[in-house]
Amino acid sequence: MPDDAVVLGVGMTAWGKWGRPFVDYGTAAAREALDDAGVDWADVDLIVGGETVRNGYAGYVAGSTVAAALGFNGAQVATVYGACASGAMAIDHGRAHIMAGLADVVLVVGADTTPKGFLAPNAGERPDDPDWLRFRLLGATNPAYFGLYARRRMHLYGATESDFAKVKVKNSRHGVDNPRARYRKEVAEEEVLASPIVASPLHLLDICATSDGAAAVVLCSADYAARRVVTEATTGRPAVRIAAVSTVTPAFPDTGLGLPDIATDSTAVVPPPPRSFRDSIAHAAYEQAGIGPEDVDVAEVYDLSTALELDWYENLGLCPTGDAEDLIRRGATALGGDAATVNPSGGLACFGEAVPAQAIAQVCELVWQLRGDALGRQRAGARVGISANQGLFGHGSSVIVVR
Amino acid sequence: MPVTKPAVPAVAGWFTTDDQPVLLGSRCVACGVVAFPPRSAGCPNPHCRSTDVARHALARTGRVWSFTDARYQPPPPYVSPSDPYRPFVLAAVELDADGLIVLGQMVDGAVADDVYVGLPVELVIEPLLETDEAVQLVWKWRPTPDA
Repeated sequence: MPDDAVVLGVGMTAWGKWGRPFVDYGTAAAREALDDAGVDWADVDLIVGGETVRNGYAGYVAGSTVAAALGFNGAQVATVYGACASGAMAIDHGRAHIMAGLADVVLVVGADTTPKGFLAPNAGERPDDPDWLRFRLLGATNPAYFGLYARRRMHLYGATESDFAKVKVKNSRHGVDNPRARYRKEVAEEEVLASPIVASPLHLLDICATSDGAAAVVLCSADYAARRVVTEATTGRPAVRIAAVSTVTPAFPDTGLGLPDIATDSTAVVPPPPRSFRDSIAHAAYEQAGIGPEDVDVAEVYDLSTALELDWYENLGLCPTGDAEDLIRRGATALGGDAATVNPSGGLACFGEAVPAQAIAQVCELVWQLRGDALGRQRAGARVGISANQGLFGHGSSVIVVR
Repeated sequence: MPVTKPAVPAVAGWFTTDDQPVLLGSRCVACGVVAFPPRSAGCPNPHCRSTDVARHALARTGRVWSFTDARYQPPPPYVSPSDPYRPFVLAAVELDADGLIVLGQMVDGAVADDVYVGLPVELVIEPLLETDEAVQLVWKWRPTPDA
């Protein structure tokens, strides 16, 4: 196995809703990551962009758009799309080039400008598009699916609306001192429960917003990192490596009702696989990295809804199935708790989702945690971090970083 | 004199519209795997290479696996049948046969407080929206009379 890719630099704009062109955010994050890495843009061998599908042609070719904004430098270029997993797929593309010896230095960037309100399918009459059909036939928005999953937790494990609200309370505390978070105010459990219901049992404050934002990482080979003498001794900064990137698809028959599905696969003829889709995303990452859940200090997971964060505790193996409510009730996943710290950044609860940037933003936070740079939200002594997300059309990802 | 518009399925070939309506899935002729919506790309079983699928009527009854409601009007292409918008209930239903869960709205007028996980339901057809030419129909779930 070749050496892991090293994360030389990270950069990230503040998340918000400013309506500026996505490329402005993308270049800002890219420049910050290059500065953090001490790398000249001219020295980058490959730029990989996470595509944004809501910003026209420039968004479809985001890698090239950011490269042009920085000034074309003759680097190889790629743009990838995998819904919420886009950022992780972009990292994986860059990492594979490094591990194969095809590139020394790679810039990975994702940026988005999002519309207000519910994320909706592209315009026009498109009855062949499952994403269009679920809105037209069923009015099934993303929060509707989150509501279905949340109700399932209540039925199976006795979760309550108050348990879900506790996730928001925890994440809002974590994000208060995060300068890049969009929402930096502590939220009380009563405020969550008093906010209007959007998709029962979920309230407005249980569901994440959509945001503008950008994140970038600079990856390099171990060789390049060594040549640059970027070591703990010389810079005071520990080297952080990408130990795994998982972007597995579901395995047939998938018994989870993923977005934008109208039905699950059938288990009448072929029995379900040993692991659920979300379980398999994390499992593949652990296998790649050669570690297990017990090694994890810090996790950034996709809290599209508060209830989904509880699902992730179990999918990542941080606790047995059905025990997530116990973890949140006793504060185990909060900073200072006795389990892995989950969403020290404040998570989507404090950021909102900027689709192609989000999986990269998760990795940025993990890198800050492993470097000990997460001021005001630092998990003490963090050495292993894992990210996890799930998106539309069988996409999901998990990235493991280690120091 | 009012002209009665024709009633047509909002999506062709996914369900029947008789008194005992059914969802129409596909069934692989080689391995027997059932799928809904009906597949045009062949069998979804990765261990089966068949591209030969036949129409398959799914079980028209099942039990609510989970449910939620839409308190705010979804964005287009959703079309609200009422103005002002009235919230509706969405139910994911585990069919009594065929081994799958199918999402659908509960019938018009259903409220979330009356729905629970395990509620027995059956498939019915209701209007979805009206265009200049036709009333478009869709499947919905209704609590079975003896539930």
